[in-house]
Amino acid sequence: MRNIFLFIRRYSNLLFFLVLQVISIYFIVHYSRYHNAAFGNFANQFTGKVNTQYSNVQRYFNLKKTNDSLVKANEVLYNKLKANFELPDTTSKTGVDSIKVDSILQFRKYTYMAATVVSNSVSAQNNFIVLSRGKAKNVKPQMGIVDINNNVVGIVTDVTNDFAVVMSVLHKDSHISGKLLKTGEIGTVLWDGKEANSVTLTGISKGVKIAKGDSVITSGFEYSSSFPKGMLIGTVEAVYNEVSTSYVKIKIHTAANFYNLQYVYVIDYSQQESIKEIMEKVKKQL
Amino acid sequence: MSSFVKNIIRFALFILFQVYVLDKIRLHQMVTPYIYFMFILWLPFKMNRTLLMLIAFLLGFTLDSFNHAYGFHAAACVLIAYFRPFLINLLIPQEGGETNYDEPSFKSMGGMLPYLIYAGVLSLLHNIWLFFLEALQFGDIWYFFVKTFLSTVISLLLVLITELLFTRKQRFRTNTV
Repeated sequence: MRNIFLFIRRYSNLLFFLVLQVISIYFIVHYSRYHNAAFGNFANQFTGKVNTQYSNVQRYFNLKKTNDSLVKANEVLYNKLKANFELPDTTSKTGVDSIKVDSILQFRKYTYMAATVVSNSVSAQNNFIVLSRGKAKNVKPQMGIVDINNNVVGIVTDVTNDFAVVMSVLHKDSHISGKLLKTGEIGTVLWDGKEANSVTLTGISKGVKIAKGDSVITSGFEYSSSFPKGMLIGTVEAVYNEVSTSYVKIKIHTAANFYNLQYVYVIDYSQQESIKEIMEKVKKQL
Repeated sequence: MSSFVKNIIRFALFILFQVYVLDKIRLHQMVTPYIYFMFILWLPFKMNRTLLMLIAFLLGFTLDSFNHAYGFHAAACVLIAYFRPFLINLLIPQEGGETNYDEPSFKSMGGMLPYLIYAGVLSLLHNIWLFFLEALQFGDIWYFFVKTFLSTVISLLLVLITELLFTRKQRFRTNTV
């Protein structure tokens, strides 16, 4: 017994060092998982406040770029207006819908909510974005984030009262289900931890014809169920053959520019809960 | 100004500079410039080793909470805080700089070279451990090697510039402590 105490006293520094290392590694393993809000609440609230001060200044320097992309987004919306399309006379009939159901409210699937980016990183191995909109304004974990022009940015992982932490696509745990627009093949979009604005699409078999510049969109399945179907993730930059498997690895240039995110939209998918419920039910039956 | 207040101000300034200046500069995907750990290099000689590690943990943890990925910088900082006393014992000149001066600097370490070795070894240790922990998740060893090397060179350059820009007044104390 005495020897144990002597040992502890002699190596107290080493032991303390090891204890601190173990604590740190525990945080790494524990916190970098998909969703975990162990103690992030206080830290997020604090760093969020500091970051807000910084981004208030920074916003002015990006006003021009923000304006440009807003004009682009407006152009897309104007082009979708009903008034732009002329229907052939024989098929269109004017009639009154006799069933008066408020169908818009009833069947609304996605709600867009605007938010400003308070802090953003691209150079770390696991990148997070902080938004100045939190629980108090209806942001919940698992919601999808897109930039002004509807390009995929990330998924909300953690919320406090006033801020939301978003795991950007540039994160090792980000598995967004992507789909080739032309052929409809579905794969998973991952980040290799190196270059910002560049991700890889895996799980596409070798036979598929892929050309440079093809669009990759969200499939609306499983991991990307936070996003409406068909949001642009990026365009194909290069295709590599994986040696030992029957899949190809596709390098994608992201459509969203992660370097200068200023404003984003949080997408609330109202059916997400019920999809999750039914999936869990199915898993239980198996 | 007391050493305590001075160090608190340093802590805040180093963290803010790291988060809002260095992390915003994107030199290259291979290079992440780090300077905040200079706070640990500048802590007094006479600090208790347990306290040293605890402060280092706090420093790393503060930076981690700005990055929203906990544990990485904390682990690296604790590592260099643990190795710092060994390195000082090796590099300090015979006359006993640690009793004559408060903190490690060019003067108290007996010249530019010992100090740069001190800073170089610690920043290398910091970067190796930090990037190793990050690389474990992605598993690309060569990328990690090159990144560690380049980042350490840049860190050392930054340390040198900081030392030359901000000359700290070092009081010479008597040997009879």
